[in-house]
Amino acid sequence: MNEISLMPEEQYQRLQQRNAEDVKELWNLLDQVKDPEVPVLSIWDLGILRNIERDGERIVVTITPTYSGCPAMDNISSDVTEALNSAGYSDVSIKTSLSPAWSSEWMSAEGRRKLRNYGIAPPEDAELDEDGLTPDAHAQCPHCQSRNTRRVSEFGSTACKALFQCNDCNEPFDYFKKI
Amino acid sequence: MSDIKAATLEYATRLGDDSVVLGHRISEWVSYGPFLEEDIAYGNVSLDYIGRARMFYTYAAELADDGRDEDDFAFMRNDREYRNLLLMEMPKGDFAYSQVRQLFADVYYTVLLPELLQSKDETLSAIAAKAIKETKYHLRRSRDWVLRLGDGTEESHKRTQKAVDQLWGYTHELFDMDETEQLLADEGIGVDVSKLRDAWFKMVSDILTEATLTVPEDSWAVRGGRTGYHTENLGHMLTEMQIVHRSHPGCKW
Repeated sequence: MNEISLMPEEQYQRLQQRNAEDVKELWNLLDQVKDPEVPVLSIWDLGILRNIERDGERIVVTITPTYSGCPAMDNISSDVTEALNSAGYSDVSIKTSLSPAWSSEWMSAEGRRKLRNYGIAPPEDAELDEDGLTPDAHAQCPHCQSRNTRRVSEFGSTACKALFQCNDCNEPFDYFKKI
Repeated sequence: MSDIKAATLEYATRLGDDSVVLGHRISEWVSYGPFLEEDIAYGNVSLDYIGRARMFYTYAAELADDGRDEDDFAFMRNDREYRNLLLMEMPKGDFAYSQVRQLFADVYYTVLLPELLQSKDETLSAIAAKAIKETKYHLRRSRDWVLRLGDGTEESHKRTQKAVDQLWGYTHELFDMDETEQLLADEGIGVDVSKLRDAWFKMVSDILTEATLTVPEDSWAVRGGRTGYHTENLGHMLTEMQIVHRSHPGCKW
């Protein structure tokens, strides 16, 4: 074993919430809803899925955007509705909550692992600079694990990512920003 | 509607207008960026602002409770009904001009948002909490560019200084208060922006000085955005921004 990973408090709370008995099967059901931009991650993995409640016949799902302008939110809403509809829940309401603001800390451990395998460096694979922002080098390359990398652009293919390139294997890769 | 609710509706609309107008101006760079990564950066920053506008407008629509939604606020109001700060509507100009405007705006949000976070209004505070994180990234980029351009070649220095001089007179309005905003500031809902000018000036002048640029004298000022008196630029921008929605009312895709 190389390291003992500690689970942040937020993630622990989320797991507790997920394991609450009454809507447990709905949490499992919504694991099939993926982020349209990062299709290996479910909205649970990303921390976008905040709550599921049963209000009589109605299922109320609360989601939160990663970034203010995340264009995936409309897609995610309709995917959630569709998933629930096809499982027989016809009365679905989606709430968007802004507070507390989404944090990359909410991403599940499983999500981080999947992200890395998909070729995207998760937030903890770079040491942040003194301002707590994405550094200009040394994010770990998800392809060859080298730390000899450099930031190509602060802003990547989506709002949540920055673009890096590995100086050893030369592959470009996305880094999931810490916010 | 109570005075405070009406003022909050007006305030959310103003903040939404600032965001959507600046967001649209930034988006005008998409596919015209000097290189690919910068092009993508513009797209990202623009989306952050348009996202903010959506949150402010959605809240405004909720307060108005008259059947309008966020799209009605963005697309169905004319220039005289817009209440954005004039700085946000200035045309994109050259690259230096856009980056200097961005620096002025990013520093403005850097001093404004932590105050808005303290708002007693939960929604305004929640929007500020999201926006603060994004603004850190925005400011780092505009600051880096202004330093690079100001302290760059003779040509880039000249253009950046020109942009600073041309935009300076539009920054005074950022710190004006009127009755509506004063009422909200007194209630702990809105921000007293008149108290933010010193902090803004200090940050901006430090960056300009480091970029070997000259901080302009306060010799002229243009105002009017908050009362609906705009430069001619806004009308042209809105026709472009609103044409699709107005041509196909209610269209969703």
